[in-house]
Amino acid sequence: QEHEVEKMFTLKPGRLPPADVKNIIFFVRPKLELMDIITDNVLREDRGRSPQRDFHILFVPRRSLLCEQWLKEQGVLGSFIHREQYSLDLIPFDGDLLSMESESAFKECYLESDQTSLYHAAKGLMTLQALYGTIPQIFGKGDCARHVANMMIRMKREFPGSQNSIFPVFDTLLLLDRNVDLLTPLATQLTYEGLIDEIYGIQNTYVKLPPEKFAPKKQGEGGGKDLPTEPKKLQLNSAEELYAEIRDKNFNAVGSVLSKKAKIISAAFEERHHAKTVGEIKQFVSQLPHMQAARSSLANHTSIAELIKDITTSEDFFDNLTVEQEFMSGIDTDKVNNYIEDCIAQKHPLIKILRLVCLQSVCNSGLKQKVLDHYKREILQTYGYEHILTLNNLEKAGLLKPQTGGRNNYPTIRKTLRLWMDDVNEQNPNDISYVYSGYAPLSVRLAQLLARPGWRSIEEVLKMLPGPHFEERQQLPTGLQKKRQQGENRVTLVFFLGGVTYAEIAALRFLSQMEDGGTEYIIATTKLINGTTWIKSLMEKLEPAPF
Amino acid sequence: MSRVRADEEEYWHSSKFRAFTFDDEDDELSQLKESKRAVNSLRDIVDDDDDDLERVSWSGEPVGSISWSIKETASGSTSSLDGRDSSLQKGSSSYAALPKQASSYSLSSLFKGDGRESGFLCTTHLCLSLSALTDTGVKNFAPELRRPKAEYKDYSSDWSPKDTVRRMQRGKVCSLERFRSLQDKLVLLDEAVAGHDGNVITAVLIFLKRTLRREILFRELEVRQVALCHLIHFLRETGEQKFLLDLLRFLDRTEEVALSQYREHLNIQDVEKRREFLKGCIGLPFSAEDTSHIQDHYTLLERQIIIEANDRHLEMAGQSELFRKYPRKASILNMPLVTTLFYSCFYHYTEAEGMFSSPTNLKKTFKIPDKQYVLTALAARAKLRAWGDVDALLTTKNWLGYTKKKAPIGFHRVVEILQRNNAPVQVLQEYVRLVEDVETRLNLATKYKCHDVVIETYRDLKDRVQLTAYKCKVERGSAEEEKINGILSNTVRN
Repeated sequence: QEHEVEKMFTLKPGRLPPADVKNIIFFVRPKLELMDIITDNVLREDRGRSPQRDFHILFVPRRSLLCEQWLKEQGVLGSFIHREQYSLDLIPFDGDLLSMESESAFKECYLESDQTSLYHAAKGLMTLQALYGTIPQIFGKGDCARHVANMMIRMKREFPGSQNSIFPVFDTLLLLDRNVDLLTPLATQLTYEGLIDEIYGIQNTYVKLPPEKFAPKKQGEGGGKDLPTEPKKLQLNSAEELYAEIRDKNFNAVGSVLSKKAKIISAAFEERHHAKTVGEIKQFVSQLPHMQAARSSLANHTSIAELIKDITTSEDFFDNLTVEQEFMSGIDTDKVNNYIEDCIAQKHPLIKILRLVCLQSVCNSGLKQKVLDHYKREILQTYGYEHILTLNNLEKAGLLKPQTGGRNNYPTIRKTLRLWMDDVNEQNPNDISYVYSGYAPLSVRLAQLLARPGWRSIEEVLKMLPGPHFEERQQLPTGLQKKRQQGENRVTLVFFLGGVTYAEIAALRFLSQMEDGGTEYIIATTKLINGTTWIKSLMEKLEPAPF
Repeated sequence: MSRVRADEEEYWHSSKFRAFTFDDEDDELSQLKESKRAVNSLRDIVDDDDDDLERVSWSGEPVGSISWSIKETASGSTSSLDGRDSSLQKGSSSYAALPKQASSYSLSSLFKGDGRESGFLCTTHLCLSLSALTDTGVKNFAPELRRPKAEYKDYSSDWSPKDTVRRMQRGKVCSLERFRSLQDKLVLLDEAVAGHDGNVITAVLIFLKRTLRREILFRELEVRQVALCHLIHFLRETGEQKFLLDLLRFLDRTEEVALSQYREHLNIQDVEKRREFLKGCIGLPFSAEDTSHIQDHYTLLERQIIIEANDRHLEMAGQSELFRKYPRKASILNMPLVTTLFYSCFYHYTEAEGMFSSPTNLKKTFKIPDKQYVLTALAARAKLRAWGDVDALLTTKNWLGYTKKKAPIGFHRVVEILQRNNAPVQVLQEYVRLVEDVETRLNLATKYKCHDVVIETYRDLKDRVQLTAYKCKVERGSAEEEKINGILSNTVRN
C-alpha cells in the first residue's frame, strides 16, 4: 500500500476478482501448474472492459524458460508486458534459520536428477558469502553436497572479482544431503515446535489452529455461544519470548515451564496491590503492555499445548510412537509389523502407513523381498492400484527398497553414532536424542562429531552412508584470517540439501547452547519439512488438475 | 551473525506488513521484503559485470525511488526469447533476440498512478520484454495489446557457448540459433550441463529437440545422463507422452516405459476408455510383481463397470429393499479393491460365487487374504446389524462336523468393530468372552459393560476382592448381582 498497491490476491483459477486497477502482477514460482492457473486468469479476463488491464509476471527465484514456453503454447505469453525474475534464494525465517522454501528440491534431486535447486543453493551460498565473508572451510557428505561445493568453487573461480574483504562470520560450512539421513524426517518429532508442525503444519512460520480453544472466554454475554469458525492463525518465531524458550523443548518438558510462567505472571499482576507511591504505580503501568503481551502469549501456548496433549495422550499416537521407537532401536525390523497391518486394515491415512513402512525399511537397510511384497500388496488393495506409482517413487528415492546383499548396516551405524540412547532426560537434556525421546538424529550427530573429534574417527560409518564425504578449503587473504580469541565460539553453517525438520533444528540449537560446545550453528535448508510433507512431495499426484 | 540478528529483530518486531487482506501472501511478502533488504545491501558478487541487473531497490525506500530505478533500467538492454521461438519461421537472422534500447513506454506512469503490486516489485531489473515480441507473436496472442514504439537494433552476438550459457544463467535471453552444427550444439549442451542450472539445460534441450533429428538427439543424450534426466523430466511435465515413450524405448528402459504409460490412465475420465487402456497396459514390461497388480487393476475396473451398471439399474427400479433402505452414497467405479469388497459384502453378500458381484468371487479372483476378507465382511455385516451373518462368518466347521469360533483377526478386533456398529450387549458379550488374553478380555468387558464376562473371568481367576468390588458396578437387585452373590457364597463353602 505504501506503493499504491490496491489489492493483493491469492492465485486461484477462474476469473480475476474485479479491481479498478491498471496493472496486475503475478508473483509466482516457476511451476507449470501455476502457469495453468495464470493462463486461466488471463483468458477469462474481460477483453471489453476499460481500462484494459495489463499483466506482468514475476518469477521467484528464476525466470523459467520452460514456463514461458508453456505460457506461449497456451497462447497467453504475449499478454504479459513484463516477465521478470526476482532472484530470491535464501529466505530468513529466524535469527539462525534460512530456507529456500523449495518443497520439490528433494524430489527433483533424487527422483528426477534435476539439480536446479542445487544451483540455487550454491547461488544462495555465494550471496551469503558476499555478505558475511568467504567461508574458509567446507565439509560435506553426499552427492548433492559434492555438487554444491563444486559449483561454489567454480562460481568463485569464474568471478575472481568477487573476492571480498569482509571479515568472515562463518568458520565452517557443512553441506549435508538429505539422503544421507533418510531416517530422521520419518520419525515423529517430539519437540514442541516439531509437534505443532506434525499435527497442524507450520507454513512460513504461521500455524492455523482449530479455533475452539481460543474462544474469548471473558465475554459472558449471549453471543458467547457461537464459536469462531475461522481457524486461529498464529505466527511462531523467536521474537516471542515464551515461544523462544519452549519451542525446542521436548513436549513433556513444556507443561512445567508453562505453569511456572503462569505463576510468575500472576505474581507480577498481584504487585499492583503493593504499589503505593505514584512513582511505583507509574512504573507498574509502564510495564503493563509487556505483561499483557506475556499473558496473551502464555494463554495461546497453553491452549496449543492442550490441543497437542489431546493427541499425544491418545492410544493411537502412543502405539505409533512405540512402533517407531522399536524400529529405530532395531527391534523386529525384518518382519511384517502387526500395527502397520492393523492401520492398513483400518484405512488410516496412506501417508502414515508409508512413513512407517519406509521407516522400517530404512532401519533395516531395506526390507526382505517377501515383507516388501506383502506391504505393497496390502497397500495397493486397500488404497488403490494407482499408488503403484507412488511406491515406485519411494523405491527410487531409496526410502523403500528390498534388502540387497542381505546385509543390514543400520545396527553398526546406530551403535557407532550412538543414535539410540536408552536413558533420555526430557526435562533437562544432556544429549540431542531428547528431540525424539531416544533417537538422536543422524544428521545432527554428523555435525556434532565433525566439530569434535572430527570425521576421521568415523570413517567406516561414513563409507556406509551414501555419497562421498569431502573437505575443501577456500583461501582467505592473510588480513582476514581469524585470530581466534580464547573461548570464542566457532560458527558453523549447516546446509541441509533436501529439507530439515524442526526437531533437527532444535537439536542443533541445543548443541549451540551447550556450555562447552564451542560451536554455534546457523541452519540453512532447501525447505522445512516433516515426514508427512516430505512423503507427500514424493507421491504421484493422482488427481488431475481441476480444469 | 550480529548483523543478521539485528536486522531480523528489527523486522520481527515491526511487522507492519500485517495490513494486507490476504494472509497467505503477506507472510511471504514480508519475508521477501526482508531478504530483499539483504540482497539490497549486497554488491558485486556473482554478477559483478552486470551490476545494475542484480542490484535492487525495495519497498523500504520512498516511492520516488521507483522513477530512479526506472531510469536505471532504461539504460539496461534486454531481449526476449519468444521471437526466436515463433512458429512462423522466416529465417534465422530475424529470430535472433532483439534487444532494445530505452523504451518510450512510460514506466513511471505504470508505477505511479495505477500500480497494484507493482510498487513492491520495483527492481531495477525491469527489462521490457514486450517490445521484443515479434509482430506475429503479439498479433496472435493479444491483438489489442498496446505496443510501445521500441527501437530495434542489431547487434553482433558471437558469444562462445560458455558465454551464452553464462548469460542465460543470469536470466538474460540469448539466441541459440547461431549454433548450427551438431558439434556446436553439443558443446553448448555440455556447457549448460556443467553449469548445473536446470533452467538453462532445459532451454538448450528444447532448442536441440526442435533442431535435431530424434535419433541423433537420443543417441547423444544416451552418453549425457544429466541432460537426459532433464529432458525426461521436461517431457513428463509438459505431457509429451509419445516423445517420452520413444525416448525411453530407445534407451531400453522398459520398466519406465511401462510405468509411464500406465500413469496415463489417470488422465482418462471415461471408464470404458480407461478400462480399454488398462487392458493395453497388461502386456507392458513391468516387473513380475507389478504385472500382477496391473492385471488386478484391470480386472477390478472391469468388475466394477459390470456391478455399477447392474446396481444402478436396481436402485432406479426401486425393487430391492436393501437399496431403498441404504441408498448408495457414491458409485463404486475406480474405488480400491477393499472398498469394493466392502460394497459387495454390503449389497451382494448372499450371492452365489458364480456372480461377479459376490464377495466370495472377489475373494477368489483377487486372492484376498483371509484376514482382510473377514475384517471387511465383518464391518459390512455389522453395519447392517446382521448379527447372524457375523456369527456364521466367525464359525468354522471341522471335518468331524464340530463347530468352533475362529477369528483370524483376533476377537478383540471383532469386538471393536461390533461395538463401533452399536451391537447389543448380548452379541458383544459372546465375542468378548472369546478374547484370549485375560487382561484384554477384562478391559473390554468392563468397558462395554458385559457384566457376565467380567464376573465369570473373576470367578475363574478366583479373585474375590475384585469380584466384591465389581458388585457396586452392577444394578442392585439385578440378575448379575445375584450371580456375584452366588459365586461369592459358593467359594466360601469350598
